[in-house]
Amino acid sequence: MTATLEATETAVRLDGVRKTFGSGTRAVTALDGIDLRVAPGEFVCLLGASGCGKTTVLNLIAGLDAPTSGEIELSTTRPAVMFQEAALMPWLTAARNVELPLRLARVGKSQREARTRELLDLVRLGDVGNKRPHELSGGMRQRVALARALASALDGNRGEAASLLLMDEPFSALDAITRDVLQGELLRVWQATGTAVVFVTHDVREAVRLGQRVVLLSSKPGRVVQEWDVDGLTGSDELDAVDRINARLREVISSHAA
Amino acid sequence: MPREVLDDGAAAPGHGPERNGVAEHPQQVADSSAVEAGLDALDTPPSGSGGRRNLVRAVVSPIVAIILTVILWQVLWSLALWPEFQLPAPQDVWAQIWKVVRNGDVWEFLWVSVHRAVIGFLISVAVATPLGLVLAKVPLIRAAFGPLISGLQSLPSVAWVPAAVLWFGLTDGAIYTVVLLGAVPSIASGLVSGIDQIPPILPRVGKVLGAGRLDSARYILLPAALPGYLAGLKQGWAFSWRSLMAAELIATSPQLGFGLGQYLHNGMQLSDMSMVLAGIFLIFLVGVGIELAVFRPLERTVLRARGLTGAV
Repeated sequence: MTATLEATETAVRLDGVRKTFGSGTRAVTALDGIDLRVAPGEFVCLLGASGCGKTTVLNLIAGLDAPTSGEIELSTTRPAVMFQEAALMPWLTAARNVELPLRLARVGKSQREARTRELLDLVRLGDVGNKRPHELSGGMRQRVALARALASALDGNRGEAASLLLMDEPFSALDAITRDVLQGELLRVWQATGTAVVFVTHDVREAVRLGQRVVLLSSKPGRVVQEWDVDGLTGSDELDAVDRINARLREVISSHAA
Repeated sequence: MPREVLDDGAAAPGHGPERNGVAEHPQQVADSSAVEAGLDALDTPPSGSGGRRNLVRAVVSPIVAIILTVILWQVLWSLALWPEFQLPAPQDVWAQIWKVVRNGDVWEFLWVSVHRAVIGFLISVAVATPLGLVLAKVPLIRAAFGPLISGLQSLPSVAWVPAAVLWFGLTDGAIYTVVLLGAVPSIASGLVSGIDQIPPILPRVGKVLGAGRLDSARYILLPAALPGYLAGLKQGWAFSWRSLMAAELIATSPQLGFGLGQYLHNGMQLSDMSMVLAGIFLIFLVGVGIELAVFRPLERTVLRARGLTGAV
């Protein structure tokens, strides 16, 4: 059940969320009692090996799927969602893609244009607004997708409630240099907008670099194994955190060998 | 090669300073935006040009092919391998065409046939579009009628002429029936395959961006299915024109007017091969002309806009 929170001290609250696919003897439990809280403006990374249901968690929060049992509450009616693919509409220009959620929300024309320009400037793509997706590089496409996601979130609830950005391995299909630059870009956008972020990844380094908190999920079925506070770590502290989390992740994966 | 010794910690790129609450170093901001601008410039796919050479190739090469065909024809005729009533000279056929152009008859044939084909095609589009949408979106209807529609597509529409004449007599109704039965299945299946080929991520994105069912159809499904739909329309036009010619050729009657099919029919009755070839040439010209003037540019614009440039 997805409900909207009255008070805004949490952006996301998951209580005992279970998700089972299929039924009878062939039923597969993807998530087994997930509890998660994300504060407004907080950056949380969900980390796990493949098959741990991190994408399922994100789909449940995004409302693309319904939990089998348990409760999900959001402070916003419509979170922004970014997928691994940019999934831009190939027949629309970059600016039109960003404008699409505003159009769907029946925002007036002048307001739409102003907001689109603002968001394209935010992701530093102000001068390629009239290019089509196939004329952009992979990294630029992902930035357009980010601007579009932000347009849907911030205007979906008219800026009243705290906003929420859900990201499903958005940089994993990009080359290493572009990924590095976009991670910095995301941190900048996060600071500029103050949105809460739930970021799904299988990359420990990425999780530690970006997140304030890293949540490790186990695989088949997915459960929360451990959490780490990694806010503001630098230098050797950051490397230590990566090593510790990596070790725990390997342990969890090894337990599946038998 | 310049070498730099890195002390530990400083090696990890881009961590730390841009954290929450800690102000970013201005130097670093400028840096990262410069790196990003550089990456954008490097990674952006080059936009292809050289349109002029393409134009020459697209226009000149078919003309050369036509000239070669006519030369071959002239040579075969001059060898006198076949009697004149089987293979007339190119200039006889040209004279025949010139005759109907000069006395103005050609405009009557063209008007009668082309306006029928266009009206028949438009009715087909109006019938096939909702039909295609329902077939694509309602699994039960698709399971029930899908095979029927694809079967109809492979049935030569000329087979409907006798039935249409028995139902409607020698009227325009009979002709439109044949045209519709030819064009509707191919337009509908074009739309169905267009919708089938939409990447499933796009409707999902539509949903998270806040599109309801109607908005999703209008802003996402229909534009995404457009290339397949256009291909169906193109084929539908070809089928309309073909079916119309078959109907006109078989169902001839004074009250049906005098179209290209009747002209062809008369040529056969008079055993005038140059008239028959002139008729075929005119039918071919209309088919190719509409394709080149309407469908090719439309398809090109749509595919170009999506970066699908294999299309000439």
